[in-house]
Amino acid sequence: MNALLASEGELENPLLPPIPELVIGLIAFAIVFFFLGKKLLPNINKVLDERRAAIQGGMEKAAAAQTEAQQVLEDYRAQLADARHEAARLRQEAQEQGVALIAEMRSEGQRQREEIIAAGHAQIEADRKAAAATLRQDVGQLAIDLAGRIVGESLADSARQSRTIDRFLDALEDKSADVTKAEATR
Amino acid sequence: MSADQTLLAFETDCHIFDGCGFPAPGLHSFLFEPIFSIGGFDFNKPMLLAVLTTVIVIGFFWAAFGKAKVVPGKLQMVGEAGYDFVRRGIVYEALGKKEGEKYVPFMVSLFFFVWIMNLWSIIPVAQFPVTSIIAFPAALALIVYVMWMYLTFKRHGFVGGLKNITGYDKSLGGVLPLAVILEFFSNVLVRPFTHAVRLFANMFAGHLLILMFTIASWYLLNGIGIAYAGVSFVMTVIMTGFELFIQAVQAYVFVLLATNYIQGALAEHH
Repeated sequence: MNALLASEGELENPLLPPIPELVIGLIAFAIVFFFLGKKLLPNINKVLDERRAAIQGGMEKAAAAQTEAQQVLEDYRAQLADARHEAARLRQEAQEQGVALIAEMRSEGQRQREEIIAAGHAQIEADRKAAAATLRQDVGQLAIDLAGRIVGESLADSARQSRTIDRFLDALEDKSADVTKAEATR
Repeated sequence: MSADQTLLAFETDCHIFDGCGFPAPGLHSFLFEPIFSIGGFDFNKPMLLAVLTTVIVIGFFWAAFGKAKVVPGKLQMVGEAGYDFVRRGIVYEALGKKEGEKYVPFMVSLFFFVWIMNLWSIIPVAQFPVTSIIAFPAALALIVYVMWMYLTFKRHGFVGGLKNITGYDKSLGGVLPLAVILEFFSNVLVRPFTHAVRLFANMFAGHLLILMFTIASWYLLNGIGIAYAGVSFVMTVIMTGFELFIQAVQAYVFVLLATNYIQGALAEHH
């Protein structure tokens, strides 16, 4: 038979707990519970909390960044719209100014043209008058000299002279006016 | 008495066809010669394994959680998985997060302590489940029993506690006394016993099975018996794998029951 069986003698009931094993079991478990409960599990709980906090913090940070990005985007869009409005306004203004400028320049040109025309007219009138005066004198003198030579009569007297000239010229003008009139009717 | 015989628990030179009977395993397989004795106190192999269990459980969790980091290392990850399994899978399930948090360290300690004690069954050289000695599960069941009783009377007072334990319910009418007696008997007297024996018997039977096939493999190793020995050895391997599973399941069940008892103690009258 088995040597162990022989040496142990009577077999105990396996359901009756031997006291030394019971005590050892209690102590062994107590030690495990002490270390795990006092030190190691609080340790890991702290770390797990830290991890949760870190993850949550990261998520909050990301959310904040997103909000900020959204805000910046909106600001940027608003600024862009403002800039577009401003540009449109400036363009409009420039157009209006251009139109006004052109109108002004046109009226100025008109005015200058009229001035120039008026000045030209005046000049022509003055020249004509001067020419007429000179002509009248020269023609008068010429006519008197001619008449004097023909008539032999001196017409030195100026008063008489001028009367004679005027009479002659008037006749001449009447004639020319008739000619002009005739041309116009034709 | 040589050391070999203590370790193997059967005679090594006994084979079939040698005129030697089968040295069947039995109760004697659970008795050990003391390794040393101090006074009247004998220190034997199961005690040594129990002490080693303490060292291993604390050692593992010390390595895993001693310098725990927010970004975990591999060992810490494994430890956290085990910790979370007991915490969420057992304690929070039964007690809820708010009330259960207090009992998490106890249950975690209990689970890993029992599991490692079971696991010795298939560790070479050790090859003995410590929990197949009734004293160890009984010690643990006793702690749970005391804790559960204490919580019952602390939460409900003496009369309320008795009502809680006995399932006192006026609507039962005539059968009330019978129900109270049965409930008292079942909860107060039988429950701690079944709690301990459930673990003990599973480990006891498992060890016997493995031992049976192991011894048979050796015993049959003679002549034609070698063919049978092969079958027996395959069974040994299969049973070892099966035990690995049972050990974890029994540790889980032990802790699950402990949690349920405490949940019952904290619950309102039912």
